[in-house]
Amino acid sequence: MTKNSSLIERLAPWIAVVALVVVWEVTVRLFNVPSFIFPSALDTAQALVTYAGPIGRHSWQTFWTTLIGFGLGVVVGLLLGFIIGSSRFLYNACYPLLVGFNAIPKVAFVPILVVWFGIGSVPAILTAFLICFFPIVVNVATGLATLEPEMEDVLRVLGARRLDVLLKVGLPRSLPYFFASLKVAITLAFVGTVVSETVASNQGIGYLMMSAGSQMRMGLVFAGLLVISAMAMVMYELFALLEKRMTGWAHRGQQR
Amino acid sequence: MSAAFVTFDGVSLAYDGTGNAIEDINLAIHEGEFVAFVGPSGCGKSTFMKLCTGLHAPTMGTVSVDGTPVAGPLKISGMAFQNANLLPWRTTLDNVLLPLEIVKPYRHQFRKRREEFVGWARKLLKTVGLEEHENKYPWQLSGGMQQRASICRALIHQPRLLMLDEPFGALDAFTREELWCVLRDLWEEQRFTVVLVTHDLREAAFLADTVYVMSRRPGRVIEKRSITLPRPRPLETTYEKPFIDLVQELRAQIGDVRST
Repeated sequence: MTKNSSLIERLAPWIAVVALVVVWEVTVRLFNVPSFIFPSALDTAQALVTYAGPIGRHSWQTFWTTLIGFGLGVVVGLLLGFIIGSSRFLYNACYPLLVGFNAIPKVAFVPILVVWFGIGSVPAILTAFLICFFPIVVNVATGLATLEPEMEDVLRVLGARRLDVLLKVGLPRSLPYFFASLKVAITLAFVGTVVSETVASNQGIGYLMMSAGSQMRMGLVFAGLLVISAMAMVMYELFALLEKRMTGWAHRGQQR
Repeated sequence: MSAAFVTFDGVSLAYDGTGNAIEDINLAIHEGEFVAFVGPSGCGKSTFMKLCTGLHAPTMGTVSVDGTPVAGPLKISGMAFQNANLLPWRTTLDNVLLPLEIVKPYRHQFRKRREEFVGWARKLLKTVGLEEHENKYPWQLSGGMQQRASICRALIHQPRLLMLDEPFGALDAFTREELWCVLRDLWEEQRFTVVLVTHDLREAAFLADTVYVMSRRPGRVIEKRSITLPRPRPLETTYEKPFIDLVQELRAQIGDVRST
């Protein structure tokens, strides 16, 4: 009984996917929606196979620009988070600024980036970076800033310098926050890249969808959507796995 | 008696403009003495600890330890609090070793002498009955076991001054009494100086040589009481008449403080 229910639980996500595809296909057929408005699942799958070559090329473009932007975001986010989180003064000073910056829709930066760097990969990388570093900064800074004062006293009384406390306690403590933010950041990075590609590029999935859309080839547009979603999901799962491996202590504690 | 180890000379401390947290404290603690501070909540007992270890500087007066005025964190002291505050990503053994990675001169010898240090930690863990749990993580230990590990961590660098801020406050009555005995035995063996801050009068009377009773905020010392019960004190002492009378007297004093 329990074995069965755990099997069902494991299969549940796949069942949901299949159900969605079925509903999609049935709805489109039932209402006879023309393919250039809303393609059926089958049309999308066909486009995926027919244009496998171009889709592959453009997704690779999207993939590596996203990863570079994400990588930049991680490095800058970690550094900034560490600096801001290690000082109450800086934390209070910079937090409103960061929130304000984060409130700006990142697509608004794309025209500026195009003026500065021209169209192509660079604006895509930078948009991905701009959109994904914020959650990392906030999480790392918060993890560092919420250190228990008693723990700090225990170490300070031993003559620990601020850096000792940060390295021995603060950093390991903020690791779960950091890894949690990576999952959010990688998905956001994909959003950034694709947004930039639709506006200012002639490569990448975003561009592919834009140009396919203008030719009313909606099957291809939807195929592009699927590919982005699949890439983002794989990366998300990868970082979720990494999080579990690196900070098992933070999760095992909750299971008891 | 040897010369005073810790002296407070007219010490007051105000955190901000709202008045003193503690006021005009004068006392002397001898090396190897076990003193306890009791008083109503908010009487500045924890403030006292911070002054003693140099985490805070007094607003007025001077605190001296070992003959020199305290001007910064004292490296010869260890601390334990009501929360064990163990690091969840370290095993019990690694948690106990943490101070040696920080305090001088051990921090520079840590890699070279690691084996030896692990030996110290194992010995301490054995004294408190945790020898079988050294590779467990804090969340796999019970509250009492965590607190034992926390005390080991406070003692690993062989401090001359042990500061305990309500270390047994969050434990159940039986575990608490068990740990009293653990602490008593550690102290009988090593004779470091202990400053214990507590709400529990029986705890203070059972463990300490001298009990200081503090008033409400601003905290002052209103009574110094030597506990003359013979040592070593078995736990049964706490159920005998002299001990009960003593606790009742202390209780009456605290009652007076609270009602004024």
